[in-house]
Amino acid sequence: MSATKLEMRAGQSADLLLRGATVLDPAAGIDARHDVVVRDGKIAELAAPGSADAGELEVVEAEGLHAFPAFFDPHVHLRTPGQEHKEDIETGARSAAAGGFCGILAMANTEPPVSDPADIEALLADARAAAAVRVGFLATVTRAMQGEELTEMASLREAGAAGFSDDGLPIRSASIMRRALQYQRLCGGTIALHEEDPNLSGAGVMHEGAVSAALGLDGVPSISESTMIARDAAIAGYEEGRIHLQHLSAAESVEAVRAAKAAGVLITCEASPHHLCLTDEKVRSLDPHRFKMNPPLRTETDRQALIEGLRDGTIDCIATDHAPHAPEEKEVPYEQAAMGVTGLETAFAALHTHLVMPGTIELGLLVDRLSVAAGFFEVERPSLAPDSEANIALCDLSAQWTVGEDGYESRSSNSWCDGEELTGRVLMTLAGGQVAYRLRSFSMGVAS
Amino acid sequence: MKHLLSIAQLSKAEIEAILDRAESFAEVGRRDIKKVPTLRGRTVVTLFYEASTRTSASFELAAKRLSADLVSVKASGSSVDKGESLKDTVATLSAYDPAAIVLRHPYAGAAQLVAEWADASVVNAGDGKHEHPSQALLDVYTLRRRLGSLEGKRIWIVGDVLHSRVARSNLIAFKAMGAELTVCGPPALIPRGLEQLGCAVIHSLEGIGEADVIYTLRLQHERMRESFVPSLREYAAHFQINSRRLGRKQLLMHPGPVNRGVELSGEVIDSPQSLIAEQVAAGLVVRMAILYELLAAGDEEPAPALGNGRATPIGQPA
Repeated sequence: MSATKLEMRAGQSADLLLRGATVLDPAAGIDARHDVVVRDGKIAELAAPGSADAGELEVVEAEGLHAFPAFFDPHVHLRTPGQEHKEDIETGARSAAAGGFCGILAMANTEPPVSDPADIEALLADARAAAAVRVGFLATVTRAMQGEELTEMASLREAGAAGFSDDGLPIRSASIMRRALQYQRLCGGTIALHEEDPNLSGAGVMHEGAVSAALGLDGVPSISESTMIARDAAIAGYEEGRIHLQHLSAAESVEAVRAAKAAGVLITCEASPHHLCLTDEKVRSLDPHRFKMNPPLRTETDRQALIEGLRDGTIDCIATDHAPHAPEEKEVPYEQAAMGVTGLETAFAALHTHLVMPGTIELGLLVDRLSVAAGFFEVERPSLAPDSEANIALCDLSAQWTVGEDGYESRSSNSWCDGEELTGRVLMTLAGGQVAYRLRSFSMGVAS
Repeated sequence: MKHLLSIAQLSKAEIEAILDRAESFAEVGRRDIKKVPTLRGRTVVTLFYEASTRTSASFELAAKRLSADLVSVKASGSSVDKGESLKDTVATLSAYDPAAIVLRHPYAGAAQLVAEWADASVVNAGDGKHEHPSQALLDVYTLRRRLGSLEGKRIWIVGDVLHSRVARSNLIAFKAMGAELTVCGPPALIPRGLEQLGCAVIHSLEGIGEADVIYTLRLQHERMRESFVPSLREYAAHFQINSRRLGRKQLLMHPGPVNRGVELSGEVIDSPQSLIAEQVAAGLVVRMAILYELLAAGDEEPAPALGNGRATPIGQPA
């Protein structure tokens, strides 16, 4: 029996009342003020504001606050095993909770990579011991990410692997890609792909264009991503397999996905908050802490294409690609620095500030795209409909805060928003029916 | 001005002020005693992570001519060989309280980082393929002496622009001085999007006759490996400046070191049109002017070793 498994720490089920919250869950068709009654870790009732009987429940005065279905991130790096100095399951899950996430999927490019069923079982046991939110684990597509031999995909699925990915690296060989899709028929499990042609990327460290020309940095051309997407979409179509494309960055890529979807390929894809909010102009600062990642930040044209893709559904979801790194890997010249930025704690606030407040996208669209990805990996989607498990992000859309001012829940501080003032903040997160996070300064009134 | 990290930070007037100062140092250089006491008691560190002849030699001599104490560190043979990070090396050298750190590094932005980490003034003596501002200043100095002004002059930069920090800094500097710029080379060696820096980009020497100045760049032999050029012969056939392509009234420049027979033929290097030797000579006085500008000009904080707290005017002998 193969199924995605997610685990979290057992704890006390939440019993509380969110008094007068503005409840928005587009997928469940909910958009109104309610008293949200949570009993025994479940959403017991959405009552008229001020009408619910508190009884024994802890009361959270939520007048003026928004309750969303908590978010689900299909793409984070928890650096475990092997690089626990950057992040581990406990700190990564705490970071997720602080960002309003109730579930996350960890990538397998650890040291060593997660390639054996026993690795999956051990990691799920760790999550059961330490994680404040539900955590699932992908396994690599190829053994040790060498790109040469397939992992035991069916056994990995039986152990609970949430899917497969060599993220960090593309699958160079088209025949290995095809074999993986053939085995997917046997065991299921979405294959998540980091799309990049290493020959075209070469030694590139940023987007190839006017900014890289001015800075004298080696560029990664947009076509490095889009040509690989075209290849894998064709293979997936031929094998009738299901693929999920990670961190789209370029306009050409959005176009390639649009064409693949039109042709009926079973394909979903994600974009990251930093690609939706920033462009390669930021790299002029040569600050690798905030602005070096793979794929690189691209141009305003690319950013607009990603936003358009998000609007029209070509881009299905938002994923942070949360990638913690130690300071010594970032306190070096740009070309030498490690690629990746953290994003769990700021995803909602950054997108709210950069895209919702200026009117670029609707709040409902953002909320939807931040939680929809669960379904792509056979996980039940967080919902605020009565009788659902309580997975709730309670947010203050007018709260202004400076990122990093009070430190991070993550073990690493390479946030692309570090030092930025954002508007909109997660005050409290319920995950798996438990209170996973409360902002320290968010006080609560308990009913008599 | 605290640091010289990028030529882009300088206005035309600031560039001219540095060049004027260099002119006065050239005058000092013609005296019997070529040394001035300006930086007496202050320390200049040169920290070179890459091989260099003219840049390191001229910065070192410039510091000595200004009477500074000089510490010159080469990455090979130092703690860098033992894996010390740039940040830690800078912290170590900062313990000697240098007034300036002159840095050559193989990666873009290194000088900017050192400027954040150290109290000293930082001079970017070349960071990766990014910038080489002192080279741009000495090239403008050399041209200004010949042409009076660069205003409206047509300058062609020919060769491997993709891998050249000199090209990037010189594009900015020549443009700031009013020149009209054309970049010429094989498409694989011209970065995509370069025209947005305000230059024309072409891939043939056919129109080179219009140039007042031909600025050639070094083509490194290893460029063949990644097929940036199929062969040196193929490159030379299409892009070498030789006596057939160099007009009698055109000026020829090259930042050195030259690959004879590749980007330049032997005879043009030694031709009357060649400014290559003048560029090297300009390197010394321009780098003296840069150190002066950063460490002694204006209302700087008093240098601790000088009794009256003022920089000694350069006209006085040491």
